[in-house]
Amino acid sequence: MKRHVLHPLWVAVGVVGLIFLARLVLVPDDFGVHGDSFTYNYYRLGNIDEWKNFPVKYQGSDTCVECHKDNVRTHRRSPHKRVQCENCHGPAASHPDDIEYLPLNRERAMCLRCHADLDYPESSARSNLPAIVDRHHKRRRECVTCHNPHDPREDVE
Amino acid sequence: MSCSRRNFLKDAAGAAFVSSLPLSAFVILTTEEAKAAVAAATVRWGYLVDTNKCTGCGMCVKACKNENEIPYDAPVTRTWVERYVVTKDGTTHIDSPDGGRDGFTSDKIRDEEVDPENIAKAFFVPKLCNQCDNPACVQVCPVGATYKTEDGVVLIDREWCIGCGYCIMACPYGVRFFHPDHKVADKCNFCYHRITKGMMPACVESCAFGARRLANLRDPDDPVTKIITTERVAVLKDEYGTKPHVFYLGLDNNVR
Repeated sequence: MKRHVLHPLWVAVGVVGLIFLARLVLVPDDFGVHGDSFTYNYYRLGNIDEWKNFPVKYQGSDTCVECHKDNVRTHRRSPHKRVQCENCHGPAASHPDDIEYLPLNRERAMCLRCHADLDYPESSARSNLPAIVDRHHKRRRECVTCHNPHDPREDVE
Repeated sequence: MSCSRRNFLKDAAGAAFVSSLPLSAFVILTTEEAKAAVAAATVRWGYLVDTNKCTGCGMCVKACKNENEIPYDAPVTRTWVERYVVTKDGTTHIDSPDGGRDGFTSDKIRDEEVDPENIAKAFFVPKLCNQCDNPACVQVCPVGATYKTEDGVVLIDREWCIGCGYCIMACPYGVRFFHPDHKVADKCNFCYHRITKGMMPACVESCAFGARRLANLRDPDDPVTKIITTERVAVLKDEYGTKPHVFYLGLDNNVR
């Protein structure tokens, strides 16, 4: 064959070779089909462990009870028992090791999430909760100055 | 070389059969591999949303953002709560301010006052990734950065994603978004780091009303699986054929 045919051919072969070489270096060993479907299970296996090691922030109220027995006991007797501690106190992530005090949310808006009156028909789950009309009930005062959030049946002295 | 018609047809039929077999038919598994394949199949995560119980407090959205390090004030979220108010004339008013992150404390919908006397029904619908069996988002990924795990959760490889956004367009449920910090696609993964440790997803943990629950669909004794298999549940956009695995109790026709 003539040179003008062979020359570009070698260039093309070289480029393809380079692509394969680059793939060998750049693509990790654990990348491939892991499962029964090429469409859905073509991935880097190591990524699963990366997600499993993602840090957990919310610890659950069973962790709180270890130190805060009294508050947890009051709370578990009250109609608020279904509300998780960390909903209001924030995620306990590294408390008490790194963060000594959790940023407690005492805002009125916190309580209004459930207790703002929306005036919906009885079939709505919201209408079954005790509710206030924000602009008529003790405006701009924090609810917790009068109501005990751990047990709303008790008033704050 | 002679080739009778009989032999030719025989060989052709044999060749057609062999070539129709997937490559996996020729793989011989070791005992460990076979055991692992069976063991992994004991978990398939599913999710149950009871819209009858949701009060629209938005604690789930807040918890999700904190747990999964989603920028709190950016207009993106892995889960959100929609409010539907249907008036007696049949009009549906829908909103989800900040994805319901701060709850629904005002009865105005998109700055519009709805006369309470005129409301026929009102309800809240939490939404999240459906962890489909046939995920459209995974099919379109050009680099293999998103995939389905053995236990049915669709994950995104943040190292591998090139941020092209095809998956964001492909998801019929609109659950994917572009993560402002990591510059990759992002979505709910049922808090994969929690469920693989035996914990509940942050949204399930924070729901005071039991409106959100996690199920292992391969465990027939799982109480939530029992509800999904024995009660009347619905999924979103069934017609897309994606086989979503988030099931809804009390789903209204107005919910899309």
